[in-house]
Amino acid sequence: MKPIGIEEKLGVNKFNVDEGNAHIIILKDTLSREALKKCVIACPAGLYTIKEDGNIGFDFAGCLECGTCRVLCAGTETLEWNYPQGTFGVEFRYG
Amino acid sequence: MSGERFDCIIVGAGPSGSIAGYLLAQAGLEVLIIERGSFAGSKNMTGGRLYSHSLEKIIPGFSKEAPVERKVVKETVTMLTGDSALSLDFQSELLGEEKKDSYTVLRADFDQWLAAKAEEAGAILASGVRVDDLIIRDGRVTGVIAGEDEMEADVVILADGVNSLLAQKAGLKAELKSDQVAVGVKEVIELPANVIEDRFNLNPGEGAARLFVGDCTKGKIGGGFLYTNKNSISLGLVFTLSDLGTEGLSVPQMFEEFKQHPAVKPLIKGGKLVEYSGHLVPEGGLNMLPKLYGDGVLVVGDGAGLVINAGYTVRGMDLAIASGEAAAQAVIAAKEKGDYTAPSLAHYKRLLDNSFVMRDLTKYQDFPPFMENHRIFNQYPQLAVDIFKDLYVIDGSPLKPLKKTALSHMKKVGIVNLLKDAWKGGKIL
Repeated sequence: MKPIGIEEKLGVNKFNVDEGNAHIIILKDTLSREALKKCVIACPAGLYTIKEDGNIGFDFAGCLECGTCRVLCAGTETLEWNYPQGTFGVEFRYG
Repeated sequence: MSGERFDCIIVGAGPSGSIAGYLLAQAGLEVLIIERGSFAGSKNMTGGRLYSHSLEKIIPGFSKEAPVERKVVKETVTMLTGDSALSLDFQSELLGEEKKDSYTVLRADFDQWLAAKAEEAGAILASGVRVDDLIIRDGRVTGVIAGEDEMEADVVILADGVNSLLAQKAGLKAELKSDQVAVGVKEVIELPANVIEDRFNLNPGEGAARLFVGDCTKGKIGGGFLYTNKNSISLGLVFTLSDLGTEGLSVPQMFEEFKQHPAVKPLIKGGKLVEYSGHLVPEGGLNMLPKLYGDGVLVVGDGAGLVINAGYTVRGMDLAIASGEAAAQAVIAAKEKGDYTAPSLAHYKRLLDNSFVMRDLTKYQDFPPFMENHRIFNQYPQLAVDIFKDLYVIDGSPLKPLKKTALSHMKKVGIVNLLKDAWKGGKIL
């Protein structure tokens, strides 16, 4: 199997994205850089990225709802974290 | 659904929730199981393998009707360095014996089957509903809130998984710490059944389980796994969160490198990626055990951190099922007494204490701290491979006695470290 990028990988999954209703929101990305930098490494879906201006960007579409970022940012008031509304988000067909 | 009242509301239709619902409904209780995914299992992921014993006790012969993938008859542990692999392979008839058997599973199918058993027994399953909060009156949990709806019950069982936000709201557990959880990532890779059987030396219906340690996590605390399903392979990696840091390769990048490792690449050759998933695994063992019950509330499964990582095996679903059973028994006893206060529900803890769940968690309680040792993930795989390289790589240069070369490799790790780790490991296991 040839190496593939994370976007292509997520592309095989089934998602029902709740457009306009992000279930994870970065509250302030300057005060807790360390926690967010950990998310860049650890997020299985690679949704945390370092932008050109050095800030950390996040895209909630493609979230696998594991809670890794929630745990890494716990206690820093960096994230507002919830599960997507019922039926929204990732739908594992294999699991 | 507003205004309805149930004997018991269960949040989450994974194995622990569905088993609790199944047993409570069988006992004649009015049970509502609420699942946020559009079907049971749609939010769940496992490595994975189910050890059958605890479910076998509740539903004898389940593996004949349940959508299990393959019965595991072969276990392999592989140490990886960048260019080499050293494996230990265990194959035995004993692995397949009744009540000792284990099965590879895929959770979308398996969890739906188990939830359907609960429904057949009379439980109501409400899928696609996210529980936002608990109703707590005078310190007692009396129901759940989902959007505009409030639903009341004598008792609420929290089977909402590793993140269990509700157990935190109920005051049963503190926030997870990054050294208590690991992130697991997995690809399901489709391959024809006969290719899997040829590639892994299996008869039809038989499966293989493999664990990897070393280069797959770039020496970080964690490991790799591979399970053969009927028509696919589950391949993945697990990393303890606290060890990942802020530099170096990301988890998805390390996964791609793992797939390209010379010992892994041929195993998945020609396969087609059909799903990529991620999940947290509570790996802190007994030391992260929350308060398991309160007034009108119980927590089960991953939410209660009931997972045993013994290095060579990882178990969660068999504990989840046993905890669902114990919770159901405690709730049935509470109903008979008409008493759902914490002292009455303490029966749940006693049942777990007297079961394999707490016995095994206690046995392995010192294991998670032992595994926080980078030598296991770095130097030891290298040491083992180096010794075997000396044995098998022949290039005509003068051979040195094994004793001497092995000793020189061991000295790189430090003889004292080796003895210390061997002693500690031996004591814990």
